[in-house]
Formats: sequence, C-alpha cells, structure tokens
Amino acid sequence: MIITIPWLKEHLKTKAKDNEIIDKLTNIGLEVEEVKEGFNQLTDFKIAKILKVEKHPNADKLKVCDVDIGGTETLKVVCGAPNAKSGLITIYAPPGAVIPKTKFQLKIAKIRGVESKGMLCSESELNLSNESDGIIELKNRVNDIGKSYFKNKSENIVDISITPNRADCLGVRGIARDLSSSGIGTLIPIRNINIKKPIKHRIKTSIIKDRLQGCTSFGSCYIKNITNKESPNWLKKKIYALGLKPISAVVDITNYVMFDMNRPLHAYDADKIDKQIIVRTSKEGEEFDALDGQRYKLKKGMCVITDQSSILGLGGIIGGTKTSTEIKTRNILLESAYFLPESIRKTARALNINTDAKYRFERGIDPNSVLDGLKIASNLITRICGGEVSTFIVSGKTSQKSKSIKFYIEKFENLIGISISPNEVQKILTSLGFSLKKIKNGFNVIVPTWRPDINEDVDLIEELIRIKGFESIKLIEPEKKRLNETLNFNQKLFHLSQRSLASKGYLETVTWSFTDSKIDSQFSKGEKSVEILNPISSDLNVLRRSIFSNLSIYLKKNQDRGYLDLSLFEVGPIFFGKNPGEQRIVIGGMRSGKVGRKSWLEKERKVDVFDIKSDVILSLMELGVEEKNIFVNENSTSSFHPGRSGSITFKSEKGPLLAHFGEIHPAIIKKIDFKEPNIYGFEIFIDNITQPDNKLRLSKKNLKSSDFQKSERDFAFVLDKIIKIGVLEKLIKEIDEKIIKQVNTFDVYEGDKIPKGKKSVAINVVLQSDEKTLNEKDLDSICKKIIEVVRDKTGATIRS
Amino acid sequence: MSIENLKEKEFLIKINEAKTLAEIESLKSEIFGKNGLMTHEFKKLGSLPEEKRKDFAKKLNELKSNFINLIDDKIFEFENKEIENKLKQEKVDITLPIRPHQRGKIHPVSQVIDEISSIFSEIGFSVAEGPDVETEYNNFTALNTPDHHPARDMHDTFYLDKNKRLLLRTHTSPVQIRTMMSQKPPFKIIVPGRTYRCDSDQTHAPMFHQLEGLHIDKNITMGHLKGCLNHFIKEFFEIKNVKMRFRPSHFPFTEPSAEVDIGYKIENGRIVVGEGDKWLEILGCGMVHPNVLKNVKVNNKKYKGFAFGIGIDRLAMLKYGINDLRAFFETDYRWLSHFGFDPLDVPTNYRGLSK
Repeated sequence: MIITIPWLKEHLKTKAKDNEIIDKLTNIGLEVEEVKEGFNQLTDFKIAKILKVEKHPNADKLKVCDVDIGGTETLKVVCGAPNAKSGLITIYAPPGAVIPKTKFQLKIAKIRGVESKGMLCSESELNLSNESDGIIELKNRVNDIGKSYFKNKSENIVDISITPNRADCLGVRGIARDLSSSGIGTLIPIRNINIKKPIKHRIKTSIIKDRLQGCTSFGSCYIKNITNKESPNWLKKKIYALGLKPISAVVDITNYVMFDMNRPLHAYDADKIDKQIIVRTSKEGEEFDALDGQRYKLKKGMCVITDQSSILGLGGIIGGTKTSTEIKTRNILLESAYFLPESIRKTARALNINTDAKYRFERGIDPNSVLDGLKIASNLITRICGGEVSTFIVSGKTSQKSKSIKFYIEKFENLIGISISPNEVQKILTSLGFSLKKIKNGFNVIVPTWRPDINEDVDLIEELIRIKGFESIKLIEPEKKRLNETLNFNQKLFHLSQRSLASKGYLETVTWSFTDSKIDSQFSKGEKSVEILNPISSDLNVLRRSIFSNLSIYLKKNQDRGYLDLSLFEVGPIFFGKNPGEQRIVIGGMRSGKVGRKSWLEKERKVDVFDIKSDVILSLMELGVEEKNIFVNENSTSSFHPGRSGSITFKSEKGPLLAHFGEIHPAIIKKIDFKEPNIYGFEIFIDNITQPDNKLRLSKKNLKSSDFQKSERDFAFVLDKIIKIGVLEKLIKEIDEKIIKQVNTFDVYEGDKIPKGKKSVAINVVLQSDEKTLNEKDLDSICKKIIEVVRDKTGATIRS
Repeated sequence: MSIENLKEKEFLIKINEAKTLAEIESLKSEIFGKNGLMTHEFKKLGSLPEEKRKDFAKKLNELKSNFINLIDDKIFEFENKEIENKLKQEKVDITLPIRPHQRGKIHPVSQVIDEISSIFSEIGFSVAEGPDVETEYNNFTALNTPDHHPARDMHDTFYLDKNKRLLLRTHTSPVQIRTMMSQKPPFKIIVPGRTYRCDSDQTHAPMFHQLEGLHIDKNITMGHLKGCLNHFIKEFFEIKNVKMRFRPSHFPFTEPSAEVDIGYKIENGRIVVGEGDKWLEILGCGMVHPNVLKNVKVNNKKYKGFAFGIGIDRLAMLKYGINDLRAFFETDYRWLSHFGFDPLDVPTNYRGLSK
C-alpha cells in the first residue's frame, strides 16, 4: 500500500515529523518497506533555451542543438523533434535523469557518432499529456532558464506492507485511523457531502439469487451529461504517487476513492449498457473481454456483471472493454458494490487475475461503505466533469450488522503477562472505531464493519497490545531445566554422521530436495519418479529418489571449474513416494579423481573402491556399528559398476541394509559426461542402524588384554580366484577365536607365476593366548590347523 | 697411603685430554682391565691389616666411581659429537609441502543448526521432526489458514498432485500440528528443517531452512516468549546486549503476532549485529492461536503458549558474514571450503558455540 505524507495528512491532523510518522507506522504493525522521495527526480528537469540548431552530420532527421541551461557552458544535445529551433524555450533532462514515461535513465551517449549530453523532452515523455510530436514549447519563461520546471516540493512516498488481516488499511484513511489511535494525531472527520440528485436512475439493477452468488450488495447511480477529461493536477499527482498512470478524470476518481477510502468502484459508459444490469453467476465456458486486454473463458459459478446481452465485468475483479469509459463518454453508471471475499478469491485464482480491486475485496472491505463510495465519487465527478447525478439505488443488502464480542480484562493479563486498565482499553478501542459498553470485569465490544478480521477476544487483545506497544511487556528469563533429551537416537546419528564424514576429508553440501528427472532416473532405474506439479524449472522437476542425483550434478560442475579430486557428501532425505513420510534419510558421498595428484612425496593413484569402502566402514563404526557386525557382500544396485561395488548389511547377508558403495556405473558416468570419469560413491542408510540397548551403550564391556607374548605367522595360500578373501579371513578367525587375535591379508597376486584361475594370498595371523605364553609346539599345532582347515574348505595349497 | 697418587693424577689428566672414543676405551682398560690400576689396587685390600682395610676400601670406591663418571661423561661427549656430525649430513628441506590431504568441512547450515540446538537444549527444548512432503491440511488448514485465506498467497507452494492436497511444506509449522496431535501437553520443541517455496531470485531460494519453536504449557505468557527469544539471540550472536524490538505483525496461527528485529550497523563494510540504528527482521512469533489448539484437540482453556519461526540460512549469513543465500545450495568447492566449519568444531554449552 502506497501513501504520501501530504495525502495522509488530509485525514490525520498531526504536527509529527515525517520520520516520526514513519517509525510509528512500523511500531503499530504497518511495516514501512520503503520511503521514496516522490517528484524529487523531477527537479532534474530544467528550463532551457536552444541557442543554435545544426543538422546532424550523419542523420537527416536528427539535429544537434546548442542548449543554454543557465550555466556558463552551452551543451550539445542531439534532438529529433521537428519543432526544435533556435530561440525555443523547452525542458532539458540531464544525464542521470529518469524519464517519467519510460522510466529510462539517461546516459551520455553518442547518437550516430555525435555525443549528446542529455535530452530535450516532449510532454508525453514527462507524462504531462499524450503530445509526443515535438518537444515542449514554453512561453514567457525567458527569465527562468536554468530553473527546475517542476515546482513540486519533494514529498515522501511511503510503501507500507499491509498484513492480510488488515483490509481496513488498504485505504489512506484506515492508516490515518490507526495512527490516530497510537497518539500521533487526530482523525479528521469526513466532511458531510450534500449531493443533489435531480434525475432518476435510468438503469434497472438486480442480483440473481444463487447458492454461489458472490455479490450481496450492488449500489449504483447514473450520472448524465459529463465532460470526461484529463484529471486536474492535484489528482494526477496522487495517481502518479500510487505508481499508476492517469487515464481520465472518471477512471482516476474511481481509483482515487479506492486508495483513499478502501472503497473500490467501477464506472460504466452507460450508453453502451444494453438496457439493464444483471448480477449473476457465470455459465461454464462463457467468455468475456477484460480491460487488461485478455479474453477470459469462465467457469461455472463466477460472479459476473451483465447487461441484457453480454458480460460487462467480473464483479469486484476487473471491468470489461464493452462498457469501458472513454474521454468522449457522456453518461456513466457508477457502481459501488460488495462482493464476498471467498468468491472473489476463487474466481481470481482460477483465472489468475490480480487487480487492486480484487486485492481489497478478497481481504474484505467495509460492506457498509456502498453509499459513501457513491457519494464521494459522484461529488468529485460532477465537480470536475460536470453533469447531473441520479438517486442512489442499492440491490441486495443495504447494510450489515456489526459483530459484538465479550471481552474480559483478565484475559489480556493472562496472555500478555502485564496488566491493562479499563480506561486504557476503552481509549485504544474507541480510537480504532470500536464502541464499548461496560459489563462486569470487562466490556461488550461492538466491532466496526471495516474490521472483518476481529472475531474473538484474542483479536481484541492483539489490537490492545499492538497500540500499547510490545516494549511494555516485561521479559521473563527462561528456566534452565531440561525434561527430555534434546536429540533422539536417529537425530544424534544425523549430526554425528556429518562430523564423521567431514573428518575423512569430505566437504558437506546441502542441495535441493528436488532434482532433474533425467539425472535422477539414472540412479533410480525402474522406479517411478515423484513429480512436482509446478516446478521452479524443468530441470528441478522431481523429488530426488537418489542422493546421487544432485551430488553428481554438482560434482560435474566443480569438475568443469577445474577441481577434479573431490570428496562431497550430503545428509538428507530421498523420496520414494509422494505421500507424507515416504522418505528416508541417507548419507550420500561421492569421490572423484586421484589421491596424491602431483605430490613430491607420494605416488599418485586413482581413487579406488577400497578408498570408498574404508570411508563407509570407518563411518559405520563411528556411528556405533560394531566391526564384527559389518557384513560385506557383493550385492549392489544399478547405480554401480557391477564388479567394483558392494553392500554392507548388519550381521549377515539377510540383515538390515546399512550401505551401498562402489564405482559409479561407467554408463552413467558417460551419460552425465564427467570431465574426470573416475568416480566412486556410497549411500549409508542411517535409519537402518538400530539403537543399542541404553544400558549396553552406557557401560563398556570389560577390557580383556593378555599379558602373554604374542606371535605372528605369515601364510601364503594359492587358491581359486572366485574364493572371497573376506570368507577366507573369517574362516581362519573362527578356527580358534581365543588364540587367533587378528587376521590380515597383506598381499594378493594374480599372474604368470601361478596357475591360471588361481590367486596367491599372503595372510598375517596374530596369535596370543590369554592363559600362557605359546611355545613352538603350540604355535606349530595351530598353524598346522590353519593350513588344514583352509585346504579342506577352499582347496588351497600352501605356497612354498 | 699406598694408592699411587702419581698414577691417579696421571690418569685423570689422560682422561681429560683423550681425543677419540678409542683413546678413552684403552684408558678404561688400563684402569679397570685385568692388569689395570684399579684391579691392582683392589688386590692389595686382602693384605692390609684389619683396622686400615675399611678406610682404604672406602677411598678406593670413591676413586673408582670418580673414574667411571669421568669416563662415561667423556664417552657421552664423543658419542654426542658423533651423532651431531651424522645429523649434519641428514638435513632435509623442511619447507617442502606436507603429504597430500583433503580437509573436510561442515556446511554452515549444519553448523548453525548444531549451535541453535545447543542453545535451546539448555533451556529445555527437544528437537522434533516431520516429513518434507505435507498435506495441505497440516501445512495450512490446521494452522488456521483456511482455503480462502489470502495469507496462502504469501506462500508460493510446490504441489505434488492436481487437487493440491499434497505439497512441499512451506514452513516447519506443520510439525507443531503433528507433535500436538500425537503427544500430550506440555510441549517444548524446536524443529529445524528444510522448507520450500516456489520462488527463486537473488534473495530467495526454492528451498531454505527454518527453525520452528513451540512452547505450550499452563501459564505461559508473552513475557516468556520475549525472554526465550532474547536469550536465544544473545547466545547465538555471542554478545551480551542485543538491541531487539518486537513489531506487531500477522500470522494466521498466532495471535498476537509479532516480528522481531535486531539492531545492526555496517562497520568497514561488515555487518555488526546487536547495536546501531538500523533494524533487521530475523524472525516471526506470537501466542498460539486458540483455533490451532482447538484443531489439535488441546484444551485451550487450560493450555496456551508461544510459537516462533526463524530463518536458519539467514541467521548463518548474519553471524558469519555470508552475503549470498543462493550460494548455500550451489555446492561450489571453493565456497564450501571457505565458509564450511572444521568437523572438530562442535558447538557445545560448556565450550561455547564457536571457536
């Protein structure tokens, strides 16, 4: 909502300075978004005299003028106006000035090779009239050369953000009323207008009863023999301040009354109305040409203003071209009606129309302002355009009853925490237009009809504290007492996982929950995508099914910036359906490129599947999964290279899925076209990590450590390639868990030196007893057992 | 005195003047060897009369340890010299770079959520969560924002179905509804989470983070709300005094509603929070509307309380001087490395929020 301070002062008697008013507005909940100095820029426009005119050397229709703007220098200005001639006094706009019509800011520019310092203006360019054939010709202003053309002193234009509940403040008067209540001035009473209504209303109006009827009251008058014209300056100035363009006196007046009183009106060219006005609901498929140049196809049940033959307007939203007023319009029908907010909102939303009238009706204007609107507007119209006004006729309801609320002062104290006196209650509410009657411990409060937002006592409490000021509330320091744990188990894992991955060199990222379906489908083959109906753009059109979608999009972007060796991770939701709760939290990570690239110390190598496996396993352990419960197997998903990927399940292959990891499938890498194609990824499903028993979690197991000497033995087995080392290690460990403390593979060889289809595996075994020092005999016997078991179970031979 | 005084002195001089480890070793055997000086002297012990023996033995032992100390010192001196000489040959260029490494970082949003959780934990709030996809009822209707309410226009909503019944939550407030529906009062929760609006420009991202707060109990007033937020802001920005103002506003689910501004100024191109004469809006709050309590079947005669909503990304920007909201979600390696936090930098109550 835009107001100017002088306009405000037409309703508010105050000695307060502009900045006091502006601060007060914000303090009472009418938040000032911006204060602009209106007309100020126009002081740039100077009265100037053309001293000399020469033809432009490179263009027939252009002239180069020497212009005197009152200073010591003359300026060269290029001008295309046919009437530019020496001696002419006109208006000059310097570089930097903003042309009111085009809102274009001037710069020093070369026009066809000749530099022009500013511009000479036409009336149209300054929004003074539609005259655009030549530059302005001023008479009798020789003595004013160099002075500003516009005398208007700057006035503050204040842009206020009105919250959706405060429909009443969508008019200047409503804002003035609020300010008066806050003690910054007094509301000036509306002057009583006595308007003569010498003629009869010539057009019959009716509202057709209907369940969906959105119009409850249709007031109008007929005004005969007007001379529509350009608005007078005082009115144009207001229209400009609102950021609108003056059109004609009739249109400008209806707009003015809307912004002044929050009373939308509409003027019809009465001669274009076919016999009578019928307010009805639309039929499915009816069409109508609106003033915004659009043709709208209506749905059933929209509120339309029609005549005998066609639709003239969408009630309370937008008028139609058929009966629009023009400069030559002689007779008008002036409408002042009330439309139901829900009906307006439904129609405007369905047709996607937003107008100032719609904005007001949908929030709820004063239903009892129908006659006032007619009175004020018809008075202004006859004052400016002449003509005669008919009697006012209202179809439908003529007035609406006020609500009343019982208000007990104690409730204010209970909710706000401070007390308020009955006097203060009375003073604040009365100044806002409420009327009060004392009852026991409170008041019976009658709500003015312009406040549709006030429905119950808590609304009154808000009004009271809003005007009294939040600063009067004493703050109560919070108690430092904790009843419940701050985080539950899963939430703890969430936070821990971030630190866990970051400590392994990964950068945490946060990406959109939505992604590009083309990429997402690569990582969720065979699954139905979760589409967004109205995506922000076509490449963010689905909820992500995989955490890899965005990670790969951004990994690629970073690679394109030249960063090839990257580790990224995100902890966030992925979605497997469009219903609430069809989502799970995943830790996703991606690594690309090399380890030790260009290092003087280390030999550079590609990131490989065991890098990613280490990251996953260490993180799982940090998240509380015991090493012995980490079961690695070959199963993975289509996102991965089938030979270089795997999964981790809890305890056994059939246990809950904890993670996938591996090389990203080369076909996907090719499709996304990565600059550095060596890419590995993992997904950890933290929701599947089970919460350990609280007692077990808190008390650690006893530490068993043996003080007896430990021994190590190395074995080299030759066995079939298909035998998994993980299985082999497990096999050895289980031979005697009391003595075999550690099993570690330290070399794997496949090649010429051993038979085809075989591999050689070197394993180190740590042996230690908790009861005694193992002697040579003990050691030999356990080694023999290891060799036998491995041979029997896997067919391995020992390599000598 | 039968110890050969002359020899003793001679050896002391020789030890002192020895120039190599070998010289010392040969002196050592001359003194302690089979036919050495000391061995020779000790042999005399047996032949001494009883009364002199004790005294002689004492002197001999003193002499012995004297020799040993002198020799050991000398050996130590030579060995040290030898090590020093060797180390002089082993010099590396210590300015060469360290081993290749990658430094991981925590995203500012995560860090700030940890900070916020730590502050609210101390005053008894627990963290609650809800799904990102919500029903139109939980997101709007239950929050006293019926279908025709113009406040819905202020939420540019992403929808998942044609009937507009399923949507991406536009705020974290539906978690209020979920919590109150499924549990019994009192409620004291914060809800950090992702929120969505289909709005995208320099200062708006289609996804951002909000922190919802809800405290419902008997006898909660707006004074508690003010105290709670004042505490939070002071703790979060780690300053003693904060200029803060409550400004009336409107949210359908709270009444009275307010927005909270904090004072700030620009100093040397950087924003200084808490003082100065400019105001910056950082959160919205109010007393929970009786209709909301009615909708979740909480007795609004007995229970009341406050709710608030804070933009987490905005707080992170303010506290850590980050200018561009959209960069939060663009995964630029350089940005993440620069604005991210060390994983060991865990905000806690006892240690403080930031390093």
